[in-house]
Order: sequence, then C-alpha cells, then structure tokens
Amino acid sequence: MEPIAQCFTLARKELLLQWRTRARFGSVLVFGVTALLIFSFAVGPDSTALKAHASGYLWLALLLMSTLSLQESARLDVQNGALEALVLLPVDGRALYYAKALVNTITLGTLGTLLVPIVAVLYDASAKEGVGLLVLSVWLGAAALVAPGTLYAVLTSRARAGDVMLPLLLFPLVVPALLGSVKATEVIMLGDPMGRVYSWLGLVIAFDAIYWSLCGLLYPLLLED
Amino acid sequence: MLTARDLCKRHGAFWALRSVTIDIVGGTTTMLFGDNGAGKTTLVRLLASAASPTGGSISWFGSAEPARARIAMLSHADGHYDDLSAMEHLNMAESLLPRVGPGAPPRRSPAQLLEDVGLSARSGSLVRTYSAGMRKRLAFARLLQKNADLILLDEPYSALDPNGALLVDRLLGELHSLGRTVIVSTHQVERTAKHADNAIHLSGGRVIWTGLASDAPARVVAAEPG
Amino acid sequence: MPRKTTIIGILGILLYIVGCYDGLLVAPADRFMGDIQRIMYVHVPCAWNTLVCFTISLVAALGWLLSGARARAEGRAWKWDELLEATTEIGVVLGAFLVVQGMLWAKPTWGVYWTWDPRLTTVAVMELMFVAVLALRGFVDEPVRRATWSAVVTLVAYVNVPLVYFSVKWWASLHQVQSSPSTVDPAMVLPLRINAFAVLFMSIGLMGLRTQLARRQRQALLGESDSDSTASSGGAA
Repeated sequence: MEPIAQCFTLARKELLLQWRTRARFGSVLVFGVTALLIFSFAVGPDSTALKAHASGYLWLALLLMSTLSLQESARLDVQNGALEALVLLPVDGRALYYAKALVNTITLGTLGTLLVPIVAVLYDASAKEGVGLLVLSVWLGAAALVAPGTLYAVLTSRARAGDVMLPLLLFPLVVPALLGSVKATEVIMLGDPMGRVYSWLGLVIAFDAIYWSLCGLLYPLLLED
Repeated sequence: MLTARDLCKRHGAFWALRSVTIDIVGGTTTMLFGDNGAGKTTLVRLLASAASPTGGSISWFGSAEPARARIAMLSHADGHYDDLSAMEHLNMAESLLPRVGPGAPPRRSPAQLLEDVGLSARSGSLVRTYSAGMRKRLAFARLLQKNADLILLDEPYSALDPNGALLVDRLLGELHSLGRTVIVSTHQVERTAKHADNAIHLSGGRVIWTGLASDAPARVVAAEPG
Repeated sequence: MPRKTTIIGILGILLYIVGCYDGLLVAPADRFMGDIQRIMYVHVPCAWNTLVCFTISLVAALGWLLSGARARAEGRAWKWDELLEATTEIGVVLGAFLVVQGMLWAKPTWGVYWTWDPRLTTVAVMELMFVAVLALRGFVDEPVRRATWSAVVTLVAYVNVPLVYFSVKWWASLHQVQSSPSTVDPAMVLPLRINAFAVLFMSIGLMGLRTQLARRQRQALLGESDSDSTASSGGAA
C-alpha cells in the first residue's frame, strides 16, 4: 500500500514542478510547431500529399519533443542529487518510476493534444473518425514513448553525451509504438472503412502494457550506485 | 551499532578507500578528518548506503541490509529541487516517510523544523532564490525531520556564515544529547572536536589514526608544515 | 596455450572455407534466381548467428542483473559483463553484414537496395538498438554502473525485437516467403548447414578473444593483476 501512496505524493510533486517550469513546456510546444512547419517544406506546397501524411508529421514532431521533455524532467532530479535524496529517504523505486512516467505522459499527451489543431490548420487534416478517438490515439502513443523514455532518461541524464544518447536509445526502441500510432492516427484522420483503427491501437496498447510493466521493474536497478 | 570491515571503494582506477575497518559505538559522535581526497566523502556515502563498496562489508544496526529509514545523510549535493519551496520539501517528505509507530516520539512539524534552522521567514520562497547558506539550512531541516538514529554529515560547516556555523554547533550538541550516532566529516577539526567523542584520521583512502576527538587537533597542527 | 574457444574459432574458419567452396562451386544454381541465390549461403548463417549472439547478450544481461552482491564483490559477476560486451559487439558486426547482404540481395531481386521487408527492417532496427548499447557503454566509465546500465538496456531492447518484427510485418504489405531447408534442393542444404556452424564457431572463437580482451581492459582500468582478479577486490588485507 505504501508505494502507491508514495507514488501519488511524488506525482503531485512532479506536477508542481512541471507547472513551475511551464516556460520550458511552452518552448517545447513552440519547437513542435516549428518542426511541423519545417516538415511541410520537405514536401512542398502540395496540399494533398501534406494531408495524406499529416499523421506522420504529428508523430515525428511529438517524438522529437519527447526527448526534450523527458531529458529535462530527468535533469531536474539529477542536478542537485534530489533523486538520490528520495531514494535514501527511502522511497520505493517503482513509486518513483510510475509517478515520473505518469506525469511525463500527462505532459507529452498535453503537448500532443495541443499539436492536433495545429496539424489540422497546417495540413488541412480532419478527424473523420472523431476527435475523441484522435486524442485517445495521441495519449496512448504518448504513454508508449514515455514508458521506455522515462527509464532511459534517468540513465542518460547521468551519462556523458546524454543528450545524444537518449534519442539514440529511444528512437529505435519505439518503432513498433510509432508505427501503430502513425497508422491509427492516419486512419482516424482520413477515415477508416476497413475498421483497422482498433488493431493499430491494439498494437500501441500492447507496447504500453509490456513497457509500463517491464520498465517499472527495471527502474529501481538504475537508482543504486 | 555500525561496523565496516575491509571497506574498499574504487572510482575507475582510483582507490578512494582501501581496506577501511571501523567500529562505531551507538550514541557517540565520530569525527572524520583528513586532506581533500582522503576518502571522507566516499566513506560517508558508503556508510549512508548511498554507494556500494567495491569490496568489504558494512553492518548497520546488526544487519547487512541498511535500514534506510533510520539513516540520514547530509551530503555535498543538497538534494533540493530548485522549483519547490522549503515548506513544500518538508511537506512532501512528511507524507513520504513511514508513519511514526505508536509510542514513538512524534516527528517535528515542518513549521517547527524551519523555525529551528532559522528559515521561517522564507519558508514559502522557491529554493532557487536561496543563498548557499539557506540551502544548507534547509538541508539541515530535512535531515532533522527524518529523526534518524544514524546521522552522517559531510562537511556541515562549509558555505555557512558565522551564525550558520553556530547552528551546526548547536545541532551537533543536540544530536549528541539525544543519544544519536553521528559521523561527521570536516576540515574544521578544532571546532568539531568539541562536539565529538572519537576521531578518525583518513589519508589516501586509509585510516591512519583513530583516537579521542580531543587529541585530534594536535595531530593536525603537528602535520602542518612550518 | 591456445584456449578452447580459439581452437573452435579456427575450426570455424576451416569449415567456412569448405562451406563456401561447396556453396559457390558444388551446389547447383537456383532455378529462378540463378547465382544470386548463392548469397544465401552466407546470409542465412549470418542471420541465425546474429540472433544467437543477441540472445547470449540477453542471457549475460540477466546473469549480471541476477548476480548477488556477493558475486559482484568477489568479482565473479564480471564474466557476465565481459560476455555481454563480447557478444553484443559480435552480434552488431554480424548484423551489419546481414543488412548489407540483405541490400545486395534486394537489388537484383526487387530492383532496389532497400525494401520495407519485415525481416530487413527488423534487423536494421535491432542493429540500431544494439549499437546504442555499445555507444552507451562508451559513455559510462564506472564499471559497475556500465554493467548494470547496459544489461538493463539490452533486456529492454531484446524484448522489442519480436514487437518490431510483427509491427513491421503488419505495416508493410511486401512479404517474402520464408525459405526453409525442407523446400530446397538437398545439395543446397549442405553448404547452408556447414556455414551455419562455421559462422557459429567463428563467433565462439571471437567471443573467447573478445571476452578476454574485455577482462584485460577492465583489469588495466582497475589496476588488478590477471591472476588474483577475483580475490583482490574482496580485500584480503
């Protein structure tokens, strides 16, 4: 019971820290919007092609934003030894992981949700299968990026060249989640006559289930020195 | 109470500690002194279970597993979040710490702790606005909050103004009178010796002398060139 | 005195010469693909052994993570870390061969170097994941930390391999029917079998050498001598 209570206390702390560093959140959001704008230059002013690939751009932007947001959230823990102080308190390692991952998901899910209207405007995308489902796919995918991302960020924030190492470790790992998310969001945006959206979301959910449990088990191992 | 056998710790090729064996009696205050790089910080971290030894063993309260709830450490990294206030740190720890058992003395309240370290006036400000001394005072408050039986202090006097140093004096006296086991690493040998029972002189990662704290200042003076 | 693994490695090289001779000159050309198909005799053994290497990496990662404090203090756990370093590196080299061979196969077969064939893509992703493990090892100096971190990352990466395979398979419609030895000419099976063992034996030989190298590097870093490496850290004062 105690780890769960600790998890809630820690999650509240994480939310408070996120709120206090919201200027950073804003910068990451602007970075994402910039990325979306840049992606369209790669294709040119071909509105049909842009619309067809809108889902891919959304996820690429979110993937790039995720490393910034995850690394920063881990850095807050590491810079003054705050994480170590919590470990020695002692706080359960799994509680630390799930609190962190939960709030990282909230941050990234919110960032993704805020990108959706921008994608809609820039690429003339719409949600044929409903906005609710679209937002759900964004949050499930965000959770999938966050699960291993939180695990890796605590490690890269203490390694040399950590800023390079996080995407190097994370990007190949999240390929299945990314494929699932891009396809799910795509069929939601463009219409889903074949009813494939749930199998793609299922893939993302499976990834979520595997990595939310596995990383929670492994995270405490990375805290001991 | 606290014993360490043949403790070794290596950072890469560098041996920070070599075969250190110490025996700490409960309720005593032990001073660790020695030059920079003598292994004081490493020893404190090992005894606080913040790091694992490369070799050797430690026994805390008669067990090889550290009872972390009963151990508190003041380290160089103060462990604060820049974007939380002093009060928020203490409130968070209050709900994270295990419940105090029936009959056991209650923990000091966050407000009381801040009063004790002289931070009441700024308890609501974010830590990033604090001076180095104030950060240290908050670290003391967090240390006291834990009400631990074994307390490890790594250079408590550093970064403090004269008033802050007096606070450390008072703190050491208070912990001693409460019967806590204290290990304090320091460069302020003369000052710390007044509050300590025993002393350990470290050099090059080895224990080169152990004895009464009152005899320690003489050793430092003798070692000083000229 | 050469170690057993070195002898196995040399045996592997000899076997490889026999296998390649058999594959290139003795076995018949494929009815449809002609001589291009002969790349299979190095490609398929490479693929199997890449997986074997990464699987041994996983075993080594688990070995380290499950080793007790005592085994680590006495230095007995280091063998897992050495094994992980050796097999991951060999796996990455084989994986690189595998991707290049796959591309060389793809060009005459499908007309392009790269297709989103599930196996080719999975191997590329797997390769990147394990390259990242090696890169991480390069950036972490403290040996215990490096061992734990790379073991965790190896475990996480390995679990991902089947997920990548199935997701790419779903995603890409391009399929290539898996060729199993039972559907091909027996004359083609023999060189395939020989080379599978040849590459395995060469990998074992390299593993032996690389493990030894990893041990010496660690001992040089930690200033241990070769013989008492297991005893010295215990602190016989």
